[in-house]
Amino acid sequence: MTQPPEVRVTLPAALLALFPGCPAQHRLRADTVEGVVYALDAAWPGMRARLCDGRPALRQHIAVYVGEERATLDTTVPPGADLSIMTAISGG
Amino acid sequence: MATQVYILLGTRKGAFVLESDRDRTDWSLRGPFCDAWPINHVITDPRTGAIHAAGGNAWFGPAVWTSRDLGATWTHASEGMTYGEGEEPIVAAWSLATSGDRLYAGVQPAGLFASNDGGKGWEHVAGLRAHPSREKWTPGAGGLILHSLVPHPTDENQIWVAISAAGVFHTADGGATWAPRNTGTRCDFLPEGQRYPEFGQCVHCLVMAAGRPDLLYQQNHCGMYRSADGGRNWQSVEDGLPSSFGFPAAVHPRDPSTLYLFPLNGAIEGRYVPEGKAAVWRTRDGGESWQAMRQGLPQRDAYFGVLRQAMATDTLEPAGVYAGTNTGSLYASADEGETWTEIAQHLPPIHSVETLVRA
Repeated sequence: MTQPPEVRVTLPAALLALFPGCPAQHRLRADTVEGVVYALDAAWPGMRARLCDGRPALRQHIAVYVGEERATLDTTVPPGADLSIMTAISGG
Repeated sequence: MATQVYILLGTRKGAFVLESDRDRTDWSLRGPFCDAWPINHVITDPRTGAIHAAGGNAWFGPAVWTSRDLGATWTHASEGMTYGEGEEPIVAAWSLATSGDRLYAGVQPAGLFASNDGGKGWEHVAGLRAHPSREKWTPGAGGLILHSLVPHPTDENQIWVAISAAGVFHTADGGATWAPRNTGTRCDFLPEGQRYPEFGQCVHCLVMAAGRPDLLYQQNHCGMYRSADGGRNWQSVEDGLPSSFGFPAAVHPRDPSTLYLFPLNGAIEGRYVPEGKAAVWRTRDGGESWQAMRQGLPQRDAYFGVLRQAMATDTLEPAGVYAGTNTGSLYASADEGETWTEIAQHLPPIHSVETLVRA
């Protein structure tokens, strides 16, 4: 079985504050946004619950961009993509 | 070790802890904790000594924060705090209570969760939302929230909850099934002839008298009530109050007939203290008569209120009484409400007040 491609992930400061020691930049293997969230949660238990609600979906005021495009959990992440997780201005 | 008194505050911008010796005259303040999240309720678990703080953040959802060192360090968790796939997301945790080894959390939209591991993992107490009335529960101004959690002190199978605006519900089987307990409480906001429904009441706060699990009091959107039979029947005890409208109620730690209220001027009149003069109202006879306690509270130009979870007593003798305002002031009485002192100001709006006394 082929491994998912490596992607680069940037996390927002407000999220880092909830997980002491967690770096802002990550390189991990996933081919969807949901896969990225699960990979983050495996390394930082509880992070998925901060980013996603139970429907499941990204929380209303969490914005994820794959490159320049706003994404959902189902969005495909191409190999080598830059994925940014942001706290939306609407949630502050 | 000398007795220390702690006041636990939930505010719009985090949790705070105040601390004093038993004289309760010199307070120090620590906080804000919980990353300045909106915190709706902060309690201690008498079994473990842990502090738990219930809240919800617009970005990151609901969580219960826990500190096992009186606030020095905190963790947060919400694993399992969900109604499941396709269901409405949970916005915030609103209320906390312990019963035996279990920690309970009431949430918005209204429902109940339980934790058997001190707040790390949660499971839905699904029986409450399985009640046939649930489709007709409607939110109050603060949302559809389960704000009052009242476990029976000796029977872990019994819990009373209050939901705005669904009313009071009781379980006698550990949460599997629930029954409305609203007979005698009215809904002035419904058409004439429909004002005493089985459920749908806008309860603002539900409390249990000390040592009397059958004796409950509730401040309602529409009146002040007492029940001597565990909520099966309610009697109005609002005669003598300046208003039937208010949010919090706080019981005396030992006397089941003593209760403290903070009446406001009315639901449509601005929801601040009547005539701009603040008073805590006390009964010593279970609501048959009421006295205004004003000494030390502002008596002119006061336009604040006290929210539903923001009044509490401590267990000392004489009992301390505490009221946190929605304008960020904390008033304290060390003499059962006779005299008051502002012991903190300029805080965020205070959502909840609880106390802890440690010998």
